[in-house]
Amino acid sequence: MKIIVLLEPSGNSIKRSSLESITAARALGATSIHGFMYGGEASAAHIAGEYGLADIAHTPAAEYSSTAAATSLAQFAKNEAATAVIVAANATGKEIAPRVAVKLEAGYIPDCVGLALVNGSIQGTRPVYAGKARIAVSATTAMSVYALRPNVFTARKADSATSVNVRTFTPQLSESDTRVKVTNVIRNEGKLDVLEADIIVSGGRGLKGPENFHLVENLADKLSAAVGASRAVVDAGWRPHGEQVGQTGKTVSPNMYVACGISGAVQHLAGMSSSKVIVAINKDKEAPIFKVADYGIVGDVFDVLPVLSQKIAAVTGK
Amino acid sequence: MNIVVCVSQVPDTTTKIAIGADGKTIEKSGVKFILNPYDEYAIEEGLQLKEKFGGTVTALTVGNDSSKDILRTALAMGADKAVLISDSVNSDTFAIASSIADYAKTVAPDIIILGRQSIDYDSFAMASMVGELMNLPSISMVSSWTINGTSITAERDIEGGKEVIETSLPCVISAQKGLNNPRYPKLPDIMKAKSKPIDAVAGASVPARVMTVSMELPQTQRRGIILNDSEHDITELVRLLHEDAKVI
Repeated sequence: MKIIVLLEPSGNSIKRSSLESITAARALGATSIHGFMYGGEASAAHIAGEYGLADIAHTPAAEYSSTAAATSLAQFAKNEAATAVIVAANATGKEIAPRVAVKLEAGYIPDCVGLALVNGSIQGTRPVYAGKARIAVSATTAMSVYALRPNVFTARKADSATSVNVRTFTPQLSESDTRVKVTNVIRNEGKLDVLEADIIVSGGRGLKGPENFHLVENLADKLSAAVGASRAVVDAGWRPHGEQVGQTGKTVSPNMYVACGISGAVQHLAGMSSSKVIVAINKDKEAPIFKVADYGIVGDVFDVLPVLSQKIAAVTGK
Repeated sequence: MNIVVCVSQVPDTTTKIAIGADGKTIEKSGVKFILNPYDEYAIEEGLQLKEKFGGTVTALTVGNDSSKDILRTALAMGADKAVLISDSVNSDTFAIASSIADYAKTVAPDIIILGRQSIDYDSFAMASMVGELMNLPSISMVSSWTINGTSITAERDIEGGKEVIETSLPCVISAQKGLNNPRYPKLPDIMKAKSKPIDAVAGASVPARVMTVSMELPQTQRRGIILNDSEHDITELVRLLHEDAKVI
């Protein structure tokens, strides 16, 4: 079994979701794992050695093109006669993996929350129907492509670091491969995105109005967390769409998700039920959010949040 | 402008899910099926392009007789034409993308618009797969865009911000929530849509590349510790988060 892992550069390192992919590949007992990185600086890939990856192919690119990245990755996987390609199910991975799969005539299994070796082939488990069911999926093809939901697989360092060899891979690109070009990236300055946060504090209708979200922001601040929101408050215009967690917003798997004044409609649960620890604060003890909560406080957010923020600050020192 | 909008029929999110007799798919009886919510943005975008540039909007779906309902919704909203491509048993994303691409090649659209994901399997794969099969550029999760001649500038949501992307027509895009405000079909248009023709087209007969091995209902393994709002209990919650769950 030979697995290619897509490594996404991020400054002078690679994204944590890529490190999770390496760990997942190693956990499958693959005899041979190779990294592939498109764009960024070759030196960024060195951290992969700490996670047990020795061989990395790098395709330098002055500007990012999803179509060129897909073609390069597919050509590399073909050259290596790989059996599987693993990417993170983030904005980049979800965009290019379907193209890579078509190019390789490979089965594509997106949004995996589990990978297992069954009769010599890699089976992916994934939530479907807003998380109300889960399926095990396998490919019927010789090669297969998997996208792993970020922050579900844990990145683990190898027992001893490996020295990394980064070699340049030069793909054969045609004009049609570079038709899609990223010309600019606009960062949400000074604001942690729910997709990048270890902890998320979300507010819902229980906050009663946009002017009360400082209670949520204050708790988020004490936890170095991102602020999230339910669909109801986004639709009401209290919070921007970028903060929305749920089926029509973002799907998140933070280490801790704190739902404040959110009842827990199935659409919301679809976006956060794979969080590692769920805390719910709601004055209605029958609210469905308590059914998925590890810890709950039945109480009014207006009473609970100030006290909770103060107690948490005492622990986190913020 | 020749505009193709792809739509899909999905179970209503609030519907209760039970596993079917095959152990791999849901029990369909009693399930309410609706137009995939993201596809409303795709249809609306197609209609707005037509209003701006002229042309035709063709709504298509890969499905069976029951999928005609969502095509009639698209017609009632203002689509000019509806196409039902027959789905094969045990098809997967690739087989459906192949059916869409095979049909689309025969009509050579300037733009193909989809919803960013279907809320049944949430694969986020269709725009890229159709683009790849048709050798067209694609941009997924578009939250705003402009067309100038054949040049496209689009913004797409990524972690922590947006990417600005340039490409050219013909191309495939998938619509993010917020791209537009989908219109509600008017009653007379809903009535008229009932008698409009729906073209039947045979789907691509390519074998699926993935198969579902089993389906199960998720087991919740949550601690379920519910406390009250006293200062004592809030202190206890913080202790549990710190010492037991070790998340703070």
